[in-house]
Amino acid sequence: MSVSKEPTSVRPTASEPLRPHAEDAFADELAALAAQDDRPRPARWKLSPWAVATYLLGGTLPDGTVITPKYVGPRRLVEVAVTTLATDRALLLLGVPGTAKTWVSEHLAAAVSGDSTLLVQGTAGTPEEAIRYGWNYAQLLAHGPSRDALVPSPVMRAMAEGMTARVEELTRIPADVQDTLITILSEKTLPVPELGQEVQAVRGFNLIATANDRDRGVNDLSSALRRRFNTVVLPLPETVEAEVDIVSRRVDQIGRSLDLPAAPDGIDEIRRVVTVFRELRDGVTADGRTKVKSPSGTLSTAEAISVVTNGLALAAHFGDGVLRPGDVAAGLLGAVVRDPAADRVVWQEYLEAVVRERDGWTDFYRACREVSA
Amino acid sequence: MRAALEAALPRVVLIEGPPEADPLIPLAADEEMRPPVALLAHAVDEPGRSAFWPLAEFSPEWVALRWALDHDVPARFIDLPATHTLAWSGAAAGCGDEAAEEPVPGAGGEEPPPRADVRVDPLAVLAGTAGYDDPERWWEDVVEHRGAGAGDPFASFAALEEAMGSLREVYGGGGQDRDLVREAYMRLQVRAAQREFGGGVAVVCGAWHVPALRRKATVAADRAMLKGLPKVRTDVTWVPWTYRRLARAGGYGAGVDSPGWYGHLFAAPDRPVERWLTKVAGLLRDEGRTVSPAHVIEAVRLADTLAALRGRPLPGLGETTDAVRAVMCDGSDVSLALVHDRLVVGDALGEVPPSAPAVPLQRDLTRLQRRLRLKPEAPERELELDLRKETDAGRSRLLHRLRLLDVPWGEPAVSRGSTGTFRETWRLRWEPELAVRVAEAGGWGTTVLGAAGAKAEADAVAARSLAEVTALAEHCLLAGLPDALPTVMRILADRAALDTDVGHLAQALPALVRSLRYGDVRGTDTGALAEVAAGLAERVFVGLPPACTALDADAAEEMRHHLDAVHRAVGLLGGTPAPAHGGLRGRWQAVLGVLSARDSVPGVIRGRSARLLLDDGALDQEEAARLMGLALSPGTPPGDAAAWIEGFVGGGAGGMLLVHDERLLGLVDGWLTRVPAETFTDVLPLLRRTFSAYEPGVRRTLGELVRRGPGARGSVAGTGAGLPGFAPDPDTERADAVLPVVRLLLGLDGDGGPAGFEDNRPVGVGT
Repeated sequence: MSVSKEPTSVRPTASEPLRPHAEDAFADELAALAAQDDRPRPARWKLSPWAVATYLLGGTLPDGTVITPKYVGPRRLVEVAVTTLATDRALLLLGVPGTAKTWVSEHLAAAVSGDSTLLVQGTAGTPEEAIRYGWNYAQLLAHGPSRDALVPSPVMRAMAEGMTARVEELTRIPADVQDTLITILSEKTLPVPELGQEVQAVRGFNLIATANDRDRGVNDLSSALRRRFNTVVLPLPETVEAEVDIVSRRVDQIGRSLDLPAAPDGIDEIRRVVTVFRELRDGVTADGRTKVKSPSGTLSTAEAISVVTNGLALAAHFGDGVLRPGDVAAGLLGAVVRDPAADRVVWQEYLEAVVRERDGWTDFYRACREVSA
Repeated sequence: MRAALEAALPRVVLIEGPPEADPLIPLAADEEMRPPVALLAHAVDEPGRSAFWPLAEFSPEWVALRWALDHDVPARFIDLPATHTLAWSGAAAGCGDEAAEEPVPGAGGEEPPPRADVRVDPLAVLAGTAGYDDPERWWEDVVEHRGAGAGDPFASFAALEEAMGSLREVYGGGGQDRDLVREAYMRLQVRAAQREFGGGVAVVCGAWHVPALRRKATVAADRAMLKGLPKVRTDVTWVPWTYRRLARAGGYGAGVDSPGWYGHLFAAPDRPVERWLTKVAGLLRDEGRTVSPAHVIEAVRLADTLAALRGRPLPGLGETTDAVRAVMCDGSDVSLALVHDRLVVGDALGEVPPSAPAVPLQRDLTRLQRRLRLKPEAPERELELDLRKETDAGRSRLLHRLRLLDVPWGEPAVSRGSTGTFRETWRLRWEPELAVRVAEAGGWGTTVLGAAGAKAEADAVAARSLAEVTALAEHCLLAGLPDALPTVMRILADRAALDTDVGHLAQALPALVRSLRYGDVRGTDTGALAEVAAGLAERVFVGLPPACTALDADAAEEMRHHLDAVHRAVGLLGGTPAPAHGGLRGRWQAVLGVLSARDSVPGVIRGRSARLLLDDGALDQEEAARLMGLALSPGTPPGDAAAWIEGFVGGGAGGMLLVHDERLLGLVDGWLTRVPAETFTDVLPLLRRTFSAYEPGVRRTLGELVRRGPGARGSVAGTGAGLPGFAPDPDTERADAVLPVVRLLLGLDGDGGPAGFEDNRPVGVGT
């Protein structure tokens, strides 16, 4: 396994990386947890399951070290996720964009194995080699097939070393490539027929996959693969306040990097956009009294962020610098109406039945009517 | 529990429950008695005032009861008699706080034996204690940790008692002064039993009461407490119960969230988690999901590990549910909801032997029949009701309620004389099996009103189509069930919001609007109804234009009927004084405008929309002629144009329109002559259908007008101009003679009237 000694990630040495890995950014917290952790650890785990859950959810250690919460959400989900990894079943994190799937998977890998870099990025073009192994063709031609000519994939290395591998956007990978995971997950071996050998997974190996279950144009998981995963669905933010908070914080960050002037009274519009998104997504109004139809789009928090950013750009460059209903209306329409026939009815029904009646929303209603007409 | 009793062998078992039910205890041993059942106590004169003591097969009370019966040990209920609890105002005080149950050794001093396996102990069932967020977890932690750790079987009881004791110190009576009274009574009863049986007394009661029962209080003090309690005459009986109602939060307070789960724990001989997950897998398989034994294995492993992570000795319901969600349901809550509904809550329905005393519903019915002077008689007879009279309105409501309860004593019949909304005709016939129906309906409630309301709500939840719910809403209004109406309305609004078929919505709207009008007659509050109707109308408005495109002839015809129905409904709705739908009529006209102008809409609907607008005065004659010209222009396929005509002038009154507006008639005439010979035969049936619906007189007049041809236009006009037997021109003198009468009919004053009147004369006069 000489090849595995190659550096797996190019870490800039001279300057700060734009975004450090989880295990580097929170190295002190991990160290404090490891020092305090006296519970049994599964083989090759850096922390006990209990400590992993604490690392993700935050808390205060007996010696007073404060662990910051990495994931704000139901404790139950994190417990199920950590337990799954401990039972050597693979973990599938599902959720719409903006629910911190990747974030959770990175921190889980960092806490369990101390390394979150064994990563396969799933795309429509991900080849089998990215999951199994490839060949160094110069070596192959010069010396024939040998272990030295083999280029292991992150998954293969995780198996050999008993680490946690990560697969991002599993459903974007073509179905036939996805299926190479089946043997790895059920038999825990990766045969290399060219050499007449196999790589057997060492205890401690596991795999975390993330997938977006409501996107279109993705490859569904085969039931054979699905059976090998325990599924945890990460929910959207629970309250309007939490979501408004996330959206306004993100919008602020993006706006600064795009050099957009900060909008003074934008928070009202953000609240409105978030409310509309939540109501349409949940199929019921915020007061829980009226049901509405849900459109076909995902209406994720990420989309709400982009609607507001778009509106801010409109207001900054073509408006008076203040975020107004008209600035977000067009973006909102685009986010909601994905299917021209069915979604338009949904949107208009929502406008007529809910928005029109709402106090203080008259200007918003008008703006929406204008762009929908 | 059973084990506890086996070991303790008490001489008498005292159970928290109404002592009036003592004679009913032997019924529990009846073959046909199957839990869940409930003890029902109700005031004789006022069946609505009642209290329930639900018992499932895993309830400690039930177990104790059966044990006592099986071992010929006397069992008694020792709670405060229902006579008093019911006399306390309305609330079902008898079972306000069935909390964690445990057997308490009587003061006579029996040690409770160790419980073999805490998990399957039914005592874990009712661990819903005031003040804890997660009572079940708390219970399991207290009982299992202490019980398993110290090896002292008494520890868990002591711990519980201790917890309760401190709780009660903090909260005092917990705001429930009645508890003190109840406990005083219980203490007296325990003492009496001790005297009578000497020693071995086992008490089964809520843990809440334990410290109070142990407390030494003087007999005199207890007696003083019980003095002067109000009383009512009460009756007690067994009624069937369901797990679903056991799980129902609120209501009777003794809610158990997951009776199915506890029933399983109670019934499972060993390995409860494995058995439970196998059961879940079976259910999911029946519902068409692929769940293999491998899934069950993984779920068990996950549940075990989760329990370990959470620091609990064994997986509870929470762990197994998480495991089922992650492993078997792909993380989806949809299939999990199925598991929760079918297994965790469960469908079990109790049965009660026929020898149990009569249900209070029958009593209430008899009382109502007496009050309304409506005797149940076998021969059929008709009953005319005038809803403006108090008694008749009461009768009508009773009959409607009974119909809701599937007790068809009266069938509504068509009124003969008057068609006013305040009249109703019923055909009455009491058949013996109706008594059985009444008994069956007894599960819904104790009064006709309450039972009908509960049934209506349940029906609304179970209803499949929107129209069913609307009909139910109408029924609720007729039966005067204001309490059930909000639920029905909520479901109606939800269904309407999610129904994508505009046809369904359009069907539901007229019934709803009709109910609104009935509501007015009966003086019920229809504010909520109007709200829902307006919302429904809005949805129809939005959905109608897209729904009217790309329809074939039959579908278009159906849609035209919907259009008419909605139009009528909107007309009625516009008249109701509710704030939300001020501009309803305006928006409806806008929708019709869109429909009449859109090319992809079938001709019949376009024509109909134009016609409805014209009738409303929202479209002037010019515009109507333009639309008709467009529809009948040479480029339009003749079949389409004929459909337009059908839509525009179809129906009885359409002919008059053509008779009065020569220009429209001219357009039709001109188009018809242009139809090529080969397509004429295709168009003919449609036109024939349109015109054959007219009155003979109208048809004849039309014929006359057409025969005279377009050239005659201008010289002759007016309705009756060409009819045989009439002069070609009106006789103004004779017409003037009618004026005073017309003026009287129209209520116009004499002064200044004639001048204005002249202008309003029929068109024929001026020419």
